[in-house]
Amino acid sequence: MNSAVALDHVTVTYGKNAALRDVTASFPKGAVGLLGPNGAGKSTMLKALLGFVAPDGGRLEVLGLNVAERPLDVRARLGYMPETDGHIPGMNAVTFVAYCGRLAGLPKADAIQRAHEVLYYVGLGEARYRNVETYSTGMKQRIKLAQALVHDPDLLFLDEPTNGMDPKGREEILELVRDLAHNKGIDLILSSHLLPDVEYTCDHVVVLDKGAIATSGPIEALKGPAGRIYEVRIKGDLAPFLAALKAAGLESHETDEDVMRVFISGALGAPGDDQRRICELAIASHVQVRHLRPSLPTLEDVFARAVGES
Amino acid sequence: MSPIHDQSYRHYEGTRQPPGRGWAVIAWTGLAGFLAKRVFLAVMLIAWVPFIVRAVQIYVVTMYPTIGQAAPVNVKMFQDFLEQQGLFVYFVAVYVGAGLIANDRRANALQIYLAKPLLRIEYIGGKLAVLIVYLLEVTLLPGLLLIVLQVMFSGSFEFLRANAFVIPAVTLAALVRVVVASCTMLALSSLSKSGRYVAVMYTGAIFFSSAVFGVLRAITGSTRMAWISITANVEQVTDAIFRQSPRYETPVVVCALVLLGLVVLSISVLERRVRGVEVVE
Repeated sequence: MNSAVALDHVTVTYGKNAALRDVTASFPKGAVGLLGPNGAGKSTMLKALLGFVAPDGGRLEVLGLNVAERPLDVRARLGYMPETDGHIPGMNAVTFVAYCGRLAGLPKADAIQRAHEVLYYVGLGEARYRNVETYSTGMKQRIKLAQALVHDPDLLFLDEPTNGMDPKGREEILELVRDLAHNKGIDLILSSHLLPDVEYTCDHVVVLDKGAIATSGPIEALKGPAGRIYEVRIKGDLAPFLAALKAAGLESHETDEDVMRVFISGALGAPGDDQRRICELAIASHVQVRHLRPSLPTLEDVFARAVGES
Repeated sequence: MSPIHDQSYRHYEGTRQPPGRGWAVIAWTGLAGFLAKRVFLAVMLIAWVPFIVRAVQIYVVTMYPTIGQAAPVNVKMFQDFLEQQGLFVYFVAVYVGAGLIANDRRANALQIYLAKPLLRIEYIGGKLAVLIVYLLEVTLLPGLLLIVLQVMFSGSFEFLRANAFVIPAVTLAALVRVVVASCTMLALSSLSKSGRYVAVMYTGAIFFSSAVFGVLRAITGSTRMAWISITANVEQVTDAIFRQSPRYETPVVVCALVLLGLVVLSISVLERRVRGVEVVE
């Protein structure tokens, strides 16, 4: 068994809307990021793998087990941290996490001991006797991780684990996720639309777009030597410049920071050739180049190319 | 220097129970949760007051048989007792049952439950067990204890020999009442995220159906429409179980089928509503 999760021609529809369209994918062991814009089908894929949603067609395998045939065995080895807040009403953190451990098959005494351990691990040790309903957003994210870990799963599904967290809390959760995957030997699938989260914690990535796989593979390989990338900021009318870039066979996409990224593929010429080419196109388009410098490929570039945001 | 206690993540190396016992965990936790509530304990204590009254009745009639003509200890007495307990079945069903699934839906707990090695039927079974156990505690348990008291106070099995069907009758009548109330309440609880709203819906279902039957009875002068009322259906079936003359004109079979239909409908609602993901089409 080389992959933690495998999907073979899986289709899931809600009414008339297809959330997953004939998806065939393999998630290797280790930390895998599941990326995609909102509505791409990330949560649906996780829910299908958990057996919450029955696919209209295809086969789902988790840890070598067929989800349709052995859902309980699959879920016994899985930990799931849902995207939305979720807890058992009226319980404090220890009781809640221990209860989840017992539901997963741990004996009562072991479940209580594990609850204390994982609550300390996720940073809720001091607040473990507080009612979960009084927790802040960040604490609720941590308790969801704790309940997913209490039975020591082989595979974790983390659905947007840093949602609503402040920067420090987000950093701490990402450290935990990274630690689990790289030091504790727990395979995980991290579903997120936050590229830095995935880039920091995962080694592989699967990009979903409109219910289909847009690209997948090791992050370093996907970022790899497909071309050179330049950050460009211009002053003037953007449209003719974009048209000129496109006509010249150069790919570009905008970022949130008013800086566009231009991809140049093909053999590297003399030093400065790429920059000169961009400047010539700018002159031809009657725009001024205010900022031009080489850049390193990021996961954002992979994502942008995969989902076609050029 | 090593730390006093390693607070890092450790793998679990202990035993694991095979899947299939999750319902018992849910049931035990639910039962224990209510025992910690004073209001619930008060309701349960009050629910046993009629039992004490009937126990005194049995004692007095056994000791002073002449009084027996005014308040006889017979099969009808056990049926009357169970029907009186109907009020407490209502209160316990509302207090215990209204939030059983509604509160989980409010807190998005279903996705937590069903991501564990737990079937939906186990979840429903665990919740149902909580309600059924407490309802049996105010119906079947005191009913059977009254029979035991009758034997103890009289010092003979004469009453039981003459009315051998009284134990199965009490058991069956209590089960009918409890199963109908439990399934209906749990199904309603799965329809909402508010326990209070569920309580209102349940109250409405019980009293509105009886009110409609009452109006039709007044208009037509007949009790053929008794099948409309949940309470009347239970009463009619209870009459048959205790071998009493039916109090309504609706055939017993019709009343039994209505109750059966209500249970099937409730199970169908639970099957649709208890899911790890809510699909809005």
